[in-house]
Amino acid sequence: MERTTIDLWVGIFVAAGVAALMGLAMKVGNLTTSGIGDTYTVTAAFENIGGLKARAPVKSAGVVVGRVDGIQFDDKTYEAIVTLKVDKRYEFPKDTFASIYTSGLLGEQYVGLDAGGDSVALKNNDKIAHTQDAVVLEKMISQFLYNKASETGDAKSGDKKQAEEK
Amino acid sequence: MLERLTKLLQGIGNRTIERMWRLGAAARFSFYTLVYSGESLRRPWLIVREVYFTGVMSLIIILVSAFFVGMVLALQGYNTLQKYGSSDAIGVLVALSLVRELGPVVTALLFAGRAGTAITAEIGLMKATEQLSAMEMMAVSPIARVVAPRFWAGVISMPILASLFSMTGVLGGYLVAVPLIGVDDGAFWSQMQASVDFREDIVNGFIKSCVFGVACTFIALFEGYDAPPTAEGVSRATTRTVVISSLAVLGLDFVLTSFMLSP
Repeated sequence: MERTTIDLWVGIFVAAGVAALMGLAMKVGNLTTSGIGDTYTVTAAFENIGGLKARAPVKSAGVVVGRVDGIQFDDKTYEAIVTLKVDKRYEFPKDTFASIYTSGLLGEQYVGLDAGGDSVALKNNDKIAHTQDAVVLEKMISQFLYNKASETGDAKSGDKKQAEEK
Repeated sequence: MLERLTKLLQGIGNRTIERMWRLGAAARFSFYTLVYSGESLRRPWLIVREVYFTGVMSLIIILVSAFFVGMVLALQGYNTLQKYGSSDAIGVLVALSLVRELGPVVTALLFAGRAGTAITAEIGLMKATEQLSAMEMMAVSPIARVVAPRFWAGVISMPILASLFSMTGVLGGYLVAVPLIGVDDGAFWSQMQASVDFREDIVNGFIKSCVFGVACTFIALFEGYDAPPTAEGVSRATTRTVVISSLAVLGLDFVLTSFMLSP
């Protein structure tokens, strides 16, 4: 079979297509960033995880140290069990605090790890004891309104008392 | 009055029956194309030749439009995003809209206009000049020799073109966002990488472009093969290729997206 310039152009075309797909995967997508390498698994129980999703980042001091692997519901304790995969390079003390934060005001939710002072490090399949739930905006607003209402209520009853005294 | 009504009903009925004939013919045609595919896959140089004509020759229009689409996306996105103080997210906007939607869809529309019409006109003219009948006389199946290689060439070219479109579009958006507007270089790429998922976004876009490739190429082939063997017939078939392909791409895009986005 004789080779023609058409073959060459088609070869270049296909190679460029594969290169573009690789470029998309590596440069645009998260194929390179999601592979953290070796990890160990820890779990944490939260009463409310808000909008946390699987594959959300796990950060400590703002640095991504792992990813959320899965979220299950425990119907014994009625808590959410969040499985975290943490990079093997980083060790955290046993009394590490896991909290759910929101990046920005309305951004994505992530798990933040705040290291404690224990000398024993977290091991594979350990459970983080200290957790802090996600902030639910509706709860906060209703609490704020409730406080505000009770404040103004106090003020009003105070006015009445003053009027009666007069 | 009654006569008019009967005529109207007859017209509707005739047209419906005509559509059914064509639908049946299209189904039979697709079946034959798949049956004879094995024969044409054993002669890959035929497919390579067609990849050259449908894929390589479409490169220029695809790349240039991708570049401009990317640049316009970045300009427009910046205009709105900076109102919310999040102009760093422009990379995410450009990449996600290109990889998920614009890449596959615009490529398919351009492909239908650039390569689909060429396929229809070529096969329609082959039929009008009785080249297809001549092949049959020589016991060469025109579907195996003419149709199937073009089908596979279209199916192969389309995802490649769509990937190139997305990549070029992202580069165009980068050129406008970073050197021209002055968005931070690191923020542009890192926010993009944080938000674009390989499986959810890139692979889904790739699947879309494969489906569009099958649809566009098949419509172009069938319209050409089914065209009345006259100059007018070929011209009408070419027009129909563009119209039906575009509508099919947009309709399929909605169906595919609704499947892919549902959790």
